[in-house]
Amino acid sequence: MGKNLFEKVWDEHSVATLSNGQTQVFIGTHLIHEVTSPQAFGMLRDLNLKVRHPERTFATVDHIVPTHSRVEPFEDKLADAMIKELRNSTQEFGIKMFDLYSGEQGIVHMVGPEQGITQPATTIACGDSHTATHGAFGAIAFGIGTSQVRDVLATQTMALSKLKVRRINVDGELQPGVYAKDVILHIIRVLGVNGGLGYAYEYGGSVFDRMNMEERMTVCNMSIEGGARCGYVNPDETTYKYLKGRPYSPKATDWDAAVARWKASASDKDCHYDDVVNIKAEDIEPTVTWGINPGQAIFVSESVPTVESSSEKEKENVALALKHMKLEPGSAIKGTKIDVAFFGSCTNGRLSDFEEAARYLKGKKVAAGVKAIAVPGSQLVGKACEEKGIDKIFEAAGFEWRAAGCSMCLAMNPDKLVGDQLCASTSNRNFIGRQGSPTGRTILMSPVMVVAAAITGQVSDAREVFGNVGHGAIAA
Amino acid sequence: MALEKITKISGKGVYVAGQDVDTDRIIPARYMKVVTFDGLGEFLFKDVRFDQNGNKTDHILNDPRYADASIMIVDSNFGCGSSREHAPQAIRRAGFNAIIGESFAEIFFGNSTTLGMPCIEASKEQIKEIAAAVSANPDTQIDIDVANDTVTVNGKTHKVSLKKTAKDALVNGMWDPIAELLEHDADISKTAKALPYI
Repeated sequence: MGKNLFEKVWDEHSVATLSNGQTQVFIGTHLIHEVTSPQAFGMLRDLNLKVRHPERTFATVDHIVPTHSRVEPFEDKLADAMIKELRNSTQEFGIKMFDLYSGEQGIVHMVGPEQGITQPATTIACGDSHTATHGAFGAIAFGIGTSQVRDVLATQTMALSKLKVRRINVDGELQPGVYAKDVILHIIRVLGVNGGLGYAYEYGGSVFDRMNMEERMTVCNMSIEGGARCGYVNPDETTYKYLKGRPYSPKATDWDAAVARWKASASDKDCHYDDVVNIKAEDIEPTVTWGINPGQAIFVSESVPTVESSSEKEKENVALALKHMKLEPGSAIKGTKIDVAFFGSCTNGRLSDFEEAARYLKGKKVAAGVKAIAVPGSQLVGKACEEKGIDKIFEAAGFEWRAAGCSMCLAMNPDKLVGDQLCASTSNRNFIGRQGSPTGRTILMSPVMVVAAAITGQVSDAREVFGNVGHGAIAA
Repeated sequence: MALEKITKISGKGVYVAGQDVDTDRIIPARYMKVVTFDGLGEFLFKDVRFDQNGNKTDHILNDPRYADASIMIVDSNFGCGSSREHAPQAIRRAGFNAIIGESFAEIFFGNSTTLGMPCIEASKEQIKEIAAAVSANPDTQIDIDVANDTVTVNGKTHKVSLKKTAKDALVNGMWDPIAELLEHDADISKTAKALPYI
């Protein structure tokens, strides 16, 4: 019997079996940022240890960096100290940092792919749960805690328990107006927020075959919201085409050898999966969350659930969610007034997200009273948007055009909701307090749906607002 | 690095109710702007323990009767969401030595184990019973036998479970893996050498 990609990469990177039965796994690429690494460097110094592979470690700043001003020192003294701490540590240990002045800074999950650092058949770790994003390339990518950041810095390995693999097939044709974001929100809705516990998700089927790399990243990014620590798509020609010629991609003769290795890493036709789930693309509609976790999602055409209609297990959570979201049980989600539109994050802050949204935003205006901010995921995305005039389309519509960072996805910088503002957001989490206000409310949706909400001032079906909504890059 | 062998944990408990309690709720991101984990305990469940004017709410962790609780009792999928170690660090630094719950999110589970704080899994009924006991009497003593998978409350012993890898690490004093990882220096080099991209 053949092996799946996860098993192949796992076997190739296994160093030893630890006394508790876990595997010591070699981490090919370690990505670090300013929030979860300073303490790890502190531990390293306390133990008098060095960074084992500084050349396999890459840093950037994203979580707390302000997006409205890049004048240093930053107003927020704590943020300023953390960024300086990362600069000092990377300098001390000889680690490449994509700093604010490099023109290449951005959300860590944007920078890796853009630079060609993210490659198939590698292991990647980062102190951030959205590290599964890199799985779009056929990498096995883990979000880790700070003690593990220390472990990887010191040994380039970490202790892991082997995951099972669930194959998720999405076959058929997505309806017009249904995007990668809807696909992953639907998968999480179907399998639950803890359905992926103990699993790596392998995404496949004709919908994934046709997706571009940015769409695959959107799906893999939210694997953790379904409880799966990593998610991946097998590498194919789309992957190789994306990587060719990037700064850290293999060069010249190394390229052909790398592609041959990457091809061989893909799951074998006769491999084993611990579970298989089949989803029909035609069944997916534009999806929005209504509650306080990403699994509390409905089609935009549906109504918010009631406590009574929910399963016994869900009742308590549904009641809490309805109360927090201040939504009328049983009412249509469509028409819910919004206060803020947030466009960005490691889920949907890429060039194709902005391009697709700009097609519909052009010539339109953000509704009165709605605060709308657009935050490119990286400086390179921001630059590309500016070269294409996309920033001007967003600004003319009434969006604030910001500098690259995580911004209002987790609100560690000044971009925060105020009071119980309701935000239509392209990000990945609608947890209570996530966007910076304990009473703030978040509705997750695709970029085109956020633009539709911004223009109408309420949760809307983009297909109705814009008429004929395309598949974006899927059609291309 | 000799670490304490964690075989038995005893103390008073507190029941923090809720399904799918995410790490943003355990410690909101804006309190993670720190370069060390010291002092994170005070931010534990900050947004639900205090209202917007900074006044204490009626959250169970504000109840003085549970001030010296050292075992947290929770429901299912506890610690979902972000990989922030700040979440288990905040719990640990607020004085907790163990968590008993129906289920735990994977990254949170691993992060907690590495801090020597076991996440013990019990059935829904057992959680209900243990929670009822500590709710009725905050001074109720809870005895966890990590090695033998039991939790004893009011003379009744519940058979619970702890993932074998975590249990072995805790009872053998190997819950922080760094020493063992470092020992395999030669194996690390060998693996790296065999990888064409390193």
